[in-house]
Amino acid sequence: MLKINNLQARIEDKEILRGIDLEVKAGEVHAIMGPNGSGKSTLASVLAGREDYEVTGGSIDFNGEDLLELAPEERAREGVFLAFQYPVEIPGVTTTNFLKTAVNQVREHRGLGKLDAVSFLKEMKQKMQLVEIDQSLLSRSLNEGFSGGEKKRNEIFQMAMLEPKLAILDETDSGLDIDALKIVANGVNQLKSKDNATIVVTHYQRLLDYIVPDYVHVLYKGRIVKSGGKELALELEEKGYDWIKESVDAEATV
Amino acid sequence: MSSDDQILEEFTSKEYEHGWSVDLEADEAPLGLNEGIIRFISSKKNEPDWLLEWRLSAFRTWQQMAEPDWANVNYPKIDLQAIKYYSAPKKTKKLDSLDEVDPELLETFKKLGISLEEQKRLTGVAVDAVIDSVSVATTFKDKLGELGIIFCSFSEAVTEHPELIQKYLGSVVPVKDNYFAALNSAVFSDGSFCYIPKGVRCPMELSTYFRINAANTGQFERTLIVAEEGSYVSYLEGCTAPMRDENQLHAAVVEILAEADAEVKYSTVQNWYPGDKNGVGGIYNFVTKRGLCNGDRSKISWTQVETGSAVTWKYPSCILKGNDSQGEFYSVAVTNNYQQADTGTKMIHIGKNTKSRIVSKGISAGKSQNSYRGQVHVMKRAENARNFSQCDSLLMGNLCGAHTFPYIDIENKSAQVEHEATTSKIGEDQIFYCTQRGIDEESAVALIVNGYAKEVLNQLPMEFAVEAQKLLALTLEGSVG
Repeated sequence: MLKINNLQARIEDKEILRGIDLEVKAGEVHAIMGPNGSGKSTLASVLAGREDYEVTGGSIDFNGEDLLELAPEERAREGVFLAFQYPVEIPGVTTTNFLKTAVNQVREHRGLGKLDAVSFLKEMKQKMQLVEIDQSLLSRSLNEGFSGGEKKRNEIFQMAMLEPKLAILDETDSGLDIDALKIVANGVNQLKSKDNATIVVTHYQRLLDYIVPDYVHVLYKGRIVKSGGKELALELEEKGYDWIKESVDAEATV
Repeated sequence: MSSDDQILEEFTSKEYEHGWSVDLEADEAPLGLNEGIIRFISSKKNEPDWLLEWRLSAFRTWQQMAEPDWANVNYPKIDLQAIKYYSAPKKTKKLDSLDEVDPELLETFKKLGISLEEQKRLTGVAVDAVIDSVSVATTFKDKLGELGIIFCSFSEAVTEHPELIQKYLGSVVPVKDNYFAALNSAVFSDGSFCYIPKGVRCPMELSTYFRINAANTGQFERTLIVAEEGSYVSYLEGCTAPMRDENQLHAAVVEILAEADAEVKYSTVQNWYPGDKNGVGGIYNFVTKRGLCNGDRSKISWTQVETGSAVTWKYPSCILKGNDSQGEFYSVAVTNNYQQADTGTKMIHIGKNTKSRIVSKGISAGKSQNSYRGQVHVMKRAENARNFSQCDSLLMGNLCGAHTFPYIDIENKSAQVEHEATTSKIGEDQIFYCTQRGIDEESAVALIVNGYAKEVLNQLPMEFAVEAQKLLALTLEGSVG
């Protein structure tokens, strides 16, 4: 589904990604872990097409398409979804109205007709249960005045509505208490299928207790320095990131 | 240039869509302005002597006045001698049905999406269509007549209800109020008159569409709304104009009078031709709008969505004379390309326990300049006056300007006046959040802007709110879905 080859990116003059290689197949869950500043969120942003970042090398193939050639909305319509670490507030626009615009534009792209109001509402009610989100929240301005947990649940709710092929969860666990974390993880798990894939970007192992990854990659200084199964996450939890940093930095000085 | 700016540049540089012209054989005055022209206008309209005298005295007053220059707008001096002050479609006989209306005119309305057929089918909207200064169609009149409501063209009111016109004309906006009001008083062509008798609640939204049609015709509309004791009316006015190379002057006057316990809601969507993207052409819109809350507990509410005109100079105001009277002003003003808008309101608190509320949302894009100018004046005997003002500015790109000029004059210590102001920029983050969900940039900007203006748009009657949303999108993005 997704093939990242030697991806390099920078913001202004600062190089952040220095050659990422990653392959994600349908049905898989990949966790990207790493210390602060290692480039995890940059990778998520570059995949989604945020234009603050300049891609200076490498390629991204998404289902046979050159992802880097696509505008952010085209990527979204092709099935790339980013759950934001910091969901953006849009005053005066309700989540419902926002999603209706999004869902219909995505459907149009996929050759499906627009949903009428009744079908849209029906769809919404179904998906709301996934993340136990209250309808009153959806009638309020998008993310405005939402608690941290509400914002993250709203992200997963949007994901459920948009039915992406590739979901990228950027630090979705940050700012969540354990109950909210379980709800969010439960939602993500229910959306999982053999046809879609998930990339979970996180600093802590905690989320991975609930969203169990098939692969874990450790990102450090803009490179994937270690990959393994889910047990790697537990090892990191136990030992911290220092042992990886040390071994990488030692290699670099050789 | 950052990507954000590119997006905005791209979507703020589209051409005006409603650009076309209709040839209605015009019956015109020669160019220029003098007493002879005023006599020409008055006689064309078969006006009584008192009105001709009123016009002439306004003209003499105007001759003594100078064009104001305090507004934050720049435009070349208008040559008032190069303007035609009267132009009327030839067909002047009264019409009983739409069949009698010029088909070309009906076509024009269709292009605007406001065909009379549609309007007629829409329940509750009576339309008094003004094309080039003369009303050619009026509907729902009979129904209104049963309630004693008068809703007709100004000229008709002069003939049919001279006593009311004579009593109220100039009572809220005196002839000498300002340069453009005096000019309008001298040469006004037509407009609307609305009278709601005591205790009557007007059962439908009253609506008028204004449209400039012949080249070089200054538009000098005159609207007078009188709400007697305990009455209620919601009045809508909207317009869109065809493309022009030369600047056109529009200097309207709107007067509203509300007696005790009366309420008048006045909503307008203004979409005069703003000029092309280089700032060539476009309407100069110098309008005087004022409401007088004459009676106790009366209420006047202005809601405006300003998207058009090259230069806008407009301050719908309320004089809160009656005790416990209320004034409201809700405004969205959008400027793009080289448009300039200096708009706001005046709330003059005279009576006790008077309240006013101001919500102004400015949106500047392109190289435009958008100013809010407001005055809250609490007079000496206005015990316990309250005002709340909220003035927000939204900037798109970094070549435009937003300015706020709030004036507050308090002469009574019991007054409570609050003023809040914010300035923000449409964020790249907001746009990216939308595009990441599959929404194209154009729709994203429309969504964000409409969200920003929601508090004002919510004040508009439903069908108007939809039109206004489309206009905002159109002004800023060019295309309407």
